[in-house]
Amino acid sequence: MDAVIAAAGGIILGKERQIRLALACLLARGHLLIEDVPGVGKTTLAHVLARLLGLDFQRIQFTSDMLPADILGVSIFDRARGAFDFHPGPIFAQVVLADEVNRATPKTQSALLEAMEERQVTAEGRTRPLPAPFFVIATQNPAHQIGTFPLPESQLDRFLMRIELGYPDRAAERELLAGADRRELLAAMPPCLTPETLLAHQEAVRQVHAAEPLIDYVQALAGHTRASADWQAGLSPRAALALLAAARAWAWLAGRDHVLPEDVQAVLPGIVGHRLRPMDAAPAADAVRRLIEAVPIP
Amino acid sequence: MATKPAEAPMLAAAQSWWLLALAAVALAPLATHLPAWLTGTTLAALTWRGWLAWRQRPLPSRWLLTLLVLAGSAGVGYQFGGLFGQNPGVALLVLFLALKQLETRTVRDGRAIVLLAYFLALAQFFYSQTIPAALATAAVVVVATATLLCLADAQPSPAGQLRRAGIMLGQALPFMLLLFVLFPRVQGPLWGLPKDAGSGLTGLSDSMAPGAISHLSQSDAIAFRVRFDAVPPARHQWYWRGPVLSEFDGRTWRPRRELPRATLPYAEPEDGGIGYEITLEAHGKPWLFALELPGATPEPAFATLDYQLLAKSPVLSRQRYAVRSYPSLRAGANESPVLLQQSLALPPGSNPRIRRLAAGWRAGARGDEDVLGLAQAFFLRQGLLYTLNPPLLGEHGADEFLFDTKQGFCEHFASAFAVAMRAAGVPARVVTGYQGGEINPVDGYLTVRQYDAHAWTEVWLAGRGWLRIDPTAISAPTRIDLDLAAAVPAGDPLPLLMRADLAWLRDLRFRWDAVTNSWNQWVLGYNPERQRQLLQRLGLPSPDWRAMTAMLAALCGLALLILTAWTLRRPGHVDPLARQWRKLSRRLARRGLGRRPEEGPLDYARRVGEAQPAIAADMHAMAALYARLRYAAPAADRANALDQLRHHVASFRP
Repeated sequence: MDAVIAAAGGIILGKERQIRLALACLLARGHLLIEDVPGVGKTTLAHVLARLLGLDFQRIQFTSDMLPADILGVSIFDRARGAFDFHPGPIFAQVVLADEVNRATPKTQSALLEAMEERQVTAEGRTRPLPAPFFVIATQNPAHQIGTFPLPESQLDRFLMRIELGYPDRAAERELLAGADRRELLAAMPPCLTPETLLAHQEAVRQVHAAEPLIDYVQALAGHTRASADWQAGLSPRAALALLAAARAWAWLAGRDHVLPEDVQAVLPGIVGHRLRPMDAAPAADAVRRLIEAVPIP
Repeated sequence: MATKPAEAPMLAAAQSWWLLALAAVALAPLATHLPAWLTGTTLAALTWRGWLAWRQRPLPSRWLLTLLVLAGSAGVGYQFGGLFGQNPGVALLVLFLALKQLETRTVRDGRAIVLLAYFLALAQFFYSQTIPAALATAAVVVVATATLLCLADAQPSPAGQLRRAGIMLGQALPFMLLLFVLFPRVQGPLWGLPKDAGSGLTGLSDSMAPGAISHLSQSDAIAFRVRFDAVPPARHQWYWRGPVLSEFDGRTWRPRRELPRATLPYAEPEDGGIGYEITLEAHGKPWLFALELPGATPEPAFATLDYQLLAKSPVLSRQRYAVRSYPSLRAGANESPVLLQQSLALPPGSNPRIRRLAAGWRAGARGDEDVLGLAQAFFLRQGLLYTLNPPLLGEHGADEFLFDTKQGFCEHFASAFAVAMRAAGVPARVVTGYQGGEINPVDGYLTVRQYDAHAWTEVWLAGRGWLRIDPTAISAPTRIDLDLAAAVPAGDPLPLLMRADLAWLRDLRFRWDAVTNSWNQWVLGYNPERQRQLLQRLGLPSPDWRAMTAMLAALCGLALLILTAWTLRRPGHVDPLARQWRKLSRRLARRGLGRRPEEGPLDYARRVGEAQPAIAADMHAMAALYARLRYAAPAADRANALDQLRHHVASFRP
């Protein structure tokens, strides 16, 4: 896995933390939401991950006139055979990049999100499983931009993590500007893993040990969000599960077979950032830091 | 039992064993106070029950048990001459506690046994109220409580039951102390002691025949303890006056009957005197002891004309009284002629040799003082030997001692001297009591033991009154200046505690004695007066029972509050691992590197390592170990790793 991180870091410069988080999200069998302005490398990150992990890749550019069938697939009558043939949509891939997901109508959004959750597609009375591993990276522009349908909280909850890429720092940006074209670099890159090993890794992540005190800690964090006046509503049990799953993956990436409080703290911003809305106008990152500082490690 | 079987849970095996153990613990301290046949019977019943429990046999039939109860009760009635009273009552309880085991099938029966055991734990105080007795009672209470817990829940191990019982009783301790200190005291014991309580007590008797005092010399039982208000007087003044014996029948000295009683002082003392407080052990006789000569009567007592202090009733329990004595006081300067006449009486025909000798002194002397001087010179010349093993004497005891055997104990000396003085026409009498004592270096109390018992004489000289003459001091001055051990010849059997070769034992005894004395003074002797003194020292001048009850309730409430707060605050289980981690953090906090509560172990180690690179490696090793122990799946070497962390933390010097 270290090789994957190193190789990805060679293409997306100065974003090792985000790469790790994205990988953790994938290893925890979650889906990733990247929220940022266009052009900071969201698509490239999705490409890099698919390529390095040896997964097939589809990109869906969401627009406001898109229909669910455009994603899931459509049955077309085959005149020669006299029967309907199902033509799978772009969602039938191992890595799906759902670009600008908040530009689509709620109906289309919810089709995608249902498929993400169920890991299968039901169309015209037949249920078809999606490939495994199945990993959706959705991007959305910040909600205040024009012409968007912001995802409701219940839908946002389907994403295990939300990260922001942010602008590269000065040195990384200079290297990017001076260096070779990223697409060419990517094309020249061999995969580091096979889908089978990735599945095995996902299974290994599930086996990472979470001790009693650590579960206490996760509960204390969730409990604090529910009791605290900092947030409008607290973390759901599903969010607590997500936190623990992501922390397991983070611990596994660090080469440990058990979760530490540090792992929980590392993934916490990505887990709570899109699930909780702070009471005041302060940035979510500040509220998360306050949350960490308010809950002692038991 | 009349309980319906459906409602009565049967005893589990562990509960039966607990009940048996409880009976054994409760009966053990009483065993020495019971008749041997009863101890044997109870032991047999318990063994029988144990055997039945072990072999899982059914319990004996009701008919057999009824027969046993009747036979046992009859035995107790025969032994004590009735079934009512303290001793037969305790004996019956013991019998029932043992026999009840044989019909104990249900948990409810078990509770009855526990209640009986609690009661028997108290009964022990009828016989002994010493520290060991209190400890034995405490043991019974702990085991009884543990048994009660086991009857409620038989799951925990014996050690667990005892621990729980210990914790519960420990929580009850503050209330016990508060009740003891503050509950309004009543004068005297809560229940009257039975008539036979004084038997078996050692002490001076009210008569003196040869051998009466020397048998006390083997006893190191404590007669009384003295606390002087200021510096103690010189040792040769430690004459503790007891019974005064004026009537002599040729062999035995007895006190004068029908002495008028009055209140001291008879004469105005000339100096400040010596103030002290005596804690007298029970000795079953009415007299109180005081240094010669007491100047005032202590509160519950009166005095006789020969300066003897008497309590109003025999001293059957430990008693404390304050006295002031005046060594320079001269008694009886104008003694009544009747009394002086009586102090010259000798039975006709007794001790003819002394009579002849005394007649010779009288003929060659100008007055009583000359006679006294001649007698003292004669006693010195005779070379009398002071010994604990005097030979037996015949009819004319004083004659034989003075002229033939020349060996005697203090009563021989005192008796012979008084006879000689009376024969020479000088009024004389014998005074018994104690001489000497031992200052305990631990608490400063002077302890007087039975082996300090002594007898001396008083002679009356015109114009000077009664003079103390100690004929023992003439022949064996070390008895007065040092102690008994120094005065008797080598080889005489001494009390164990007086032997010089057992210095360590003496030291140990001093310490134990000081502890026992504190127990006597502050626990057993905590009477209304002591309580008042203590409350006064706490700033409560004269609380009545209402104020004390209110204070008691308030303090009990406070104790309950503190205990509750403590229980709620205390974490349920102190994890040894968390303790090590906290210890490490505390130690680093002194360097300004305390762990923040939200900081994980590896983050903490990193921060410490960056701040102090010298300890970075140590810190990382400990943090990794802690993180593994706390957060990884439990491994087989967990105990070792914990030890390793403990050693590492202990040897860590930030």
